[in-house]
Amino acid sequence: MTLRIANGQGFYGDWPEAPKLQLREGPIDYLTMDYLAEATMSILARKMWSDPTEGYANDFVYLMDDIMAECLEKDVKVVTNAGGLNPESCRDELLEIAEEQGLDVSVGIVTGDDIKDDLEELEEQGADFTNKDTDQDFEDVRDSLLTANVYYGAKPIVDCLDKGADIVVTGRCTDSSVVIGPAVHEFGWDFDDYDKIGAGVLAGHLLECGGQATGGNYQGHWEDVEDQDKLGYPIAEFEESGDFWITKHESLGGKVERESVMQQLVYEMDDPSYYIVPGCAMDITDTELYEDGENRVRVENVKGHPPTDTYKVSMSYLDGYFMDKSFIVAWPDAKKKAERLEKILRKRLDDMDITYDKANFEYIGVNGVHGENTPNEPEDPPEVVLRVALRGPDDSDLKRFGREFASMVFRGPSCANMMTEGRPQTRPIPQYWPALIEKDLVQPETDVQEVN
Amino acid sequence: MGKTVELREIATARSGDKGANANIGIIAEEPEYYEPMKEQITADRLKDFFDNFVEGEVTRYEMPNFDSLNFILEEALDGGAATSVRIDRQGKAMCETILQMEIELDE
Repeated sequence: MTLRIANGQGFYGDWPEAPKLQLREGPIDYLTMDYLAEATMSILARKMWSDPTEGYANDFVYLMDDIMAECLEKDVKVVTNAGGLNPESCRDELLEIAEEQGLDVSVGIVTGDDIKDDLEELEEQGADFTNKDTDQDFEDVRDSLLTANVYYGAKPIVDCLDKGADIVVTGRCTDSSVVIGPAVHEFGWDFDDYDKIGAGVLAGHLLECGGQATGGNYQGHWEDVEDQDKLGYPIAEFEESGDFWITKHESLGGKVERESVMQQLVYEMDDPSYYIVPGCAMDITDTELYEDGENRVRVENVKGHPPTDTYKVSMSYLDGYFMDKSFIVAWPDAKKKAERLEKILRKRLDDMDITYDKANFEYIGVNGVHGENTPNEPEDPPEVVLRVALRGPDDSDLKRFGREFASMVFRGPSCANMMTEGRPQTRPIPQYWPALIEKDLVQPETDVQEVN
Repeated sequence: MGKTVELREIATARSGDKGANANIGIIAEEPEYYEPMKEQITADRLKDFFDNFVEGEVTRYEMPNFDSLNFILEEALDGGAATSVRIDRQGKAMCETILQMEIELDE
């Protein structure tokens, strides 16, 4: 018996078609969706402050309105972190959809990850929210904190599935837990079988960025990818042993081969001998990965070490404001005109006494992306995009400077105009702050509710 | 005497972000290219190549079972995707840049 777990979303805003195609174009057992990048929690927080019923990924609810009946009919279970900061509200929406459509469904939620209001109490019990990457003191950011969420693992997801949930909605959880949870539930794996849990971690890692494992963003071989308009997102097909294949639906586009899967394997991976998640520390130093048929890559021999004593805590804090706007500058002398534009803007920054931390002027079409390592910098490009980006502590000052841009069409160098209409907008910067917390200080909670 | 080629002739790569750090993985297309890659594509060389971006250290992880090398470049992303003023805020194009590096192969 094999278990087919399909990924439908890699982030909030990912392709809306992907989960539907996963469900419809071939047999799967589970559909998983990841809606929470680092910045997402702070966006959801802002929504929740103006409306307490918000705080979850709305896209997930729209999707389920469309496919819930089909999932139940096909016995495809759904596991997702779409709950964000308000899994309860998300669940309520799903139950309402079920009632409206006359469906029998059981929805489980996982909560307890949101610790923003409990920080002081936790600190009294010994918690320390020093930045785990930079060692910076938490005092520096305490007053500008936006969100604080514990990364739970697969155990609470298994709990919901064991209690009969058809759909499991969590708050913050690790990307791989939505894959490990189903595998543990279906195969009856023990949580102290670290090698199997490790295999789940790797499969989750390979699935979590959607198309990036199946020919999307494929460095070197992107031209060979077929039918990219209907790219098949990845599917992990597990055996009870923990060995698995990465594959995709045959009818969909893309390419699953050694290099496409390896590019996702290395992505955002640090120490391959010790990759920490709540359930174990994965070790892929002896793992084998090889092609095993068309669009099928086999992965064997993943190992796991016992887990650490801590959970990762993902926090975000307000770290100033950001603004960017681009000008399009036409040939001839596009570079020189852009340089004149930069000179004018820098002088204005100075004369207007704008408070800012960093200002960047990039020459897209000359050397914007690769910088000093740009090969064959063009001497006389047909056009240049001058991108101006700033960040600083003062939102109103950035906005004040933003008012300099539109008029360049009248008062600036020849043939220079804003690329897009409208005054440059500012946005707040939710900067990432990772910490660790002892596992015995926090607990996830699960709850399963039905509509009959 | 060997021949010198660009890394892109013998490897593929992908890059991305881990907080304020960039991560670049380089995957040899054939097993025979792994040893020369391991010898010549060092952390120091990468730090030098990306001198204008990287503010911290470069760490290299060897993955001989995958014929691959993975690099973490500290403080290479101007604070990370949320705060960077650069157009390539997540460092996703760094993989294409790095493949310009030269490598010497035994004939």
